[in-house]
Amino acid sequence: MAKETVLEMKNITKTFPGVKALDKVDFSLKKGEVHALVGENGAGKSTLMKVLNGIHPRDEGKIILKGEPVEFENTKEAQKAGLAIIHQELELIPYLNVAENIFLGREDRNGIFINYQKLYQKTEEVLDMLGVDIDPKAQIKDLNIGSQQMVEIAKAVSQNADILVMDEPTSSLTNQEIDILFELIARLKEQEIAIVYISHRLEEVFEICDRVTVLRDGQFVGEVETSNTNEDQLIKMMVGRTIEDRFPEMNFNPTDEILKIENLTVPDEINSASFSLKKGEILGIAGLMGSGRTELAKAIFGVFKEKSGDIYYRGKKIEIKSPADAINNGIYYLSENRKEEGLVLGLSVANNISVSVLKSMLKANTFIDSNAENNLARKYIEDLKIKTPSEKQLVKNLSGGNQQKVVISKLLSTKPEVVIFDEPTRGIDVGAKREIYNLMQELIDDGVAVILISSELPEVLNLSNRIIVMHEKKIMGELDAAEADQEAVMKLATGRRNQ
Amino acid sequence: MNKLNNDIQKKNILEILNKFKTGIGLLILVIVLSFMSPYFLTIPNILNIIRQVSIIAIVSFGMTMVILTGGIDLSVGSMLAFSGAISAGMMVNSGLNVFLAIFIGLAAGTALGFFNGLAVAKAKLPAFIVTLAMMTIARGFTLIYTNGRPISGFNETFRFFGAGYLGRIPIPVVIMFMFLVIIYILLKKTPFGRYIYAIGGNETATKLSGINTEKIKVAVYALNGFLAAVSGIILTSRLNSAQPMSGEGYELDAIAAVVLGGTSLSGGSGTVIGTIVGALIIAVLNNGLNLLNVSSFYQLVAKGAVILLAVFLDRKSQQQ
Repeated sequence: MAKETVLEMKNITKTFPGVKALDKVDFSLKKGEVHALVGENGAGKSTLMKVLNGIHPRDEGKIILKGEPVEFENTKEAQKAGLAIIHQELELIPYLNVAENIFLGREDRNGIFINYQKLYQKTEEVLDMLGVDIDPKAQIKDLNIGSQQMVEIAKAVSQNADILVMDEPTSSLTNQEIDILFELIARLKEQEIAIVYISHRLEEVFEICDRVTVLRDGQFVGEVETSNTNEDQLIKMMVGRTIEDRFPEMNFNPTDEILKIENLTVPDEINSASFSLKKGEILGIAGLMGSGRTELAKAIFGVFKEKSGDIYYRGKKIEIKSPADAINNGIYYLSENRKEEGLVLGLSVANNISVSVLKSMLKANTFIDSNAENNLARKYIEDLKIKTPSEKQLVKNLSGGNQQKVVISKLLSTKPEVVIFDEPTRGIDVGAKREIYNLMQELIDDGVAVILISSELPEVLNLSNRIIVMHEKKIMGELDAAEADQEAVMKLATGRRNQ
Repeated sequence: MNKLNNDIQKKNILEILNKFKTGIGLLILVIVLSFMSPYFLTIPNILNIIRQVSIIAIVSFGMTMVILTGGIDLSVGSMLAFSGAISAGMMVNSGLNVFLAIFIGLAAGTALGFFNGLAVAKAKLPAFIVTLAMMTIARGFTLIYTNGRPISGFNETFRFFGAGYLGRIPIPVVIMFMFLVIIYILLKKTPFGRYIYAIGGNETATKLSGINTEKIKVAVYALNGFLAAVSGIILTSRLNSAQPMSGEGYELDAIAAVVLGGTSLSGGSGTVIGTIVGALIIAVLNNGLNLLNVSSFYQLVAKGAVILLAVFLDRKSQQQ
């Protein structure tokens, strides 16, 4: 049952000044197929999709859509031809309801008024077809991200899209929401809709995709059926070498207690959390989305004004009223949102790295010593292998993994003794992930204490020596990482206490 | 490959043109006007333009910093009038020494700006609303203090700041140039300046990097109040009178100069050099239209049209 090919991209080449972003890339898509597009950050996945959608004109190559060669000038034309992209950042209007969003600009009317009866009826039809249970009258701002994504997909389907591009659709979804999304994808397949699935999570690729196309450094590496390959082989194709294991073997060396938290409470965020942390160890914090992991970290880091409970640092009680207090004490928090909370995208790599220690490199006690600043940046660019033309490059021009390395450089520049990593490997590629794991090993070798918050259970299990699990703003229990498995963590994370 | 090199070269030239576009705009304006009016490109006229621009330019420097943090200050005109009136009153009514009077005037402007900063940074109120309220309050204070009447009759020492000369250069121009250099260095070379850009670019990230963002913002608004006060005192000295309604509409001229100078209204990028060029464009345009005997009614329309055109071109060039 060979299915009909709906889209063929051949020999696509795209050059930006100084960079060959795509070099003779091929890509094809069949009706009712889910086709994964994988590769490290900067491999050219997004550029390929932007060429397809007419956002970037291509230099060379052909695009054949349903048998016809096409050349889209902009996304509107692409949309008309049945192409839709579901972006990582959703593009819905928060104060309009589901129905109004889905049919925005295409509302049925009674004279000059919107025919709401028909609007809701048509919305119900679309949602029913997709098997999605969302109230058409609910405001978008009241929906969780998973449901918002469903609305976005419903909108695309209502516009008769038959090719959907999903860019990292699961990056901010809970496991439960991911399951619902996958059911929806299965139903889209039944409707003969073809899906391009871009993801860093290889296990998802194997779960729902039929074929995989791998890109590396703008070049086409290969196209394989998921049933004929495995994770190791894909990773090898992506990075051009084998990575023996996803996780390195960690060596922990816990010594003195450095941080002790007692009954830390933040109204509506954290309910009486207590734990202790030793130098040279990695304490994992697991829990479902919204369980209070990030809030706990932020409470220690002095983000919340209103809080109670005690924080002891090297046995001495300290007051942390602001992030500045925390950093002065040697505690640094790496945010899970690097774009929103980690970087100033419009400033250079050097300016971002130096911002926390700027006052320690002054000339005449007043002026920034730009030599010292650039040297600091160059040191970390080399140490962490940040891919950037120079330290003067604006951070917004770097890929996700390299941006993350810039934030980590900023953190390291303060020479912290306690580091809290919140989702440090989210949305970055396999190679960069491995580098970050190695860096954690170096940190604990130097006697730094590390707290690791991650939604990826294997990451927490493999990289920490102890794990605390949170559920509904409370710490439910502590596990020894060597003995714990995913099941034990999930039991606590869903609120069932081990007795 | 050749095509690629050409493209890169073309792109570099475009980038350079883009960087200096405000300056190029000013240059074109000057060239056109010097052909249209023989008097335009004479030293007395040029000095006249620069002296006219100096008062609004000093206000614009403060406004640049506020806008760089992502804020706005609508109260500069009122703070300017209040500070001028206080200085004048201290000399004429209370008989204080000139320098003490100036000091009190500057302190008054700084205090009002400081209050703006507290309301914006600590109470987290929107800058637009806070400074809109301050615009009314400070104007009210000025009218209360002056009883709605001008204060005049200053000695020669005080008159020097607005009407004096250093060689052929008017003192307001000297003061403006001094602040241009100071604020340029402040923004480019000091941590304080860097934090201003960082806050405008991403306030949360800056705070999480251990910077006391609230303190920086309060300082920026206070500094803005101080610079408005400097302008107020120069204006009072030059007019030989503190007018209770002086500085009305200056906030819009200052914002126009900042925006013409290429500073992003959402904060995080822009320079004080751009701002002075922006202020000069407005001043040159006014002066040229005056020389060409264009009615001041038409001048308002021309000024607005130039601002619109500049922002439009800026947006266009950013899209490319």
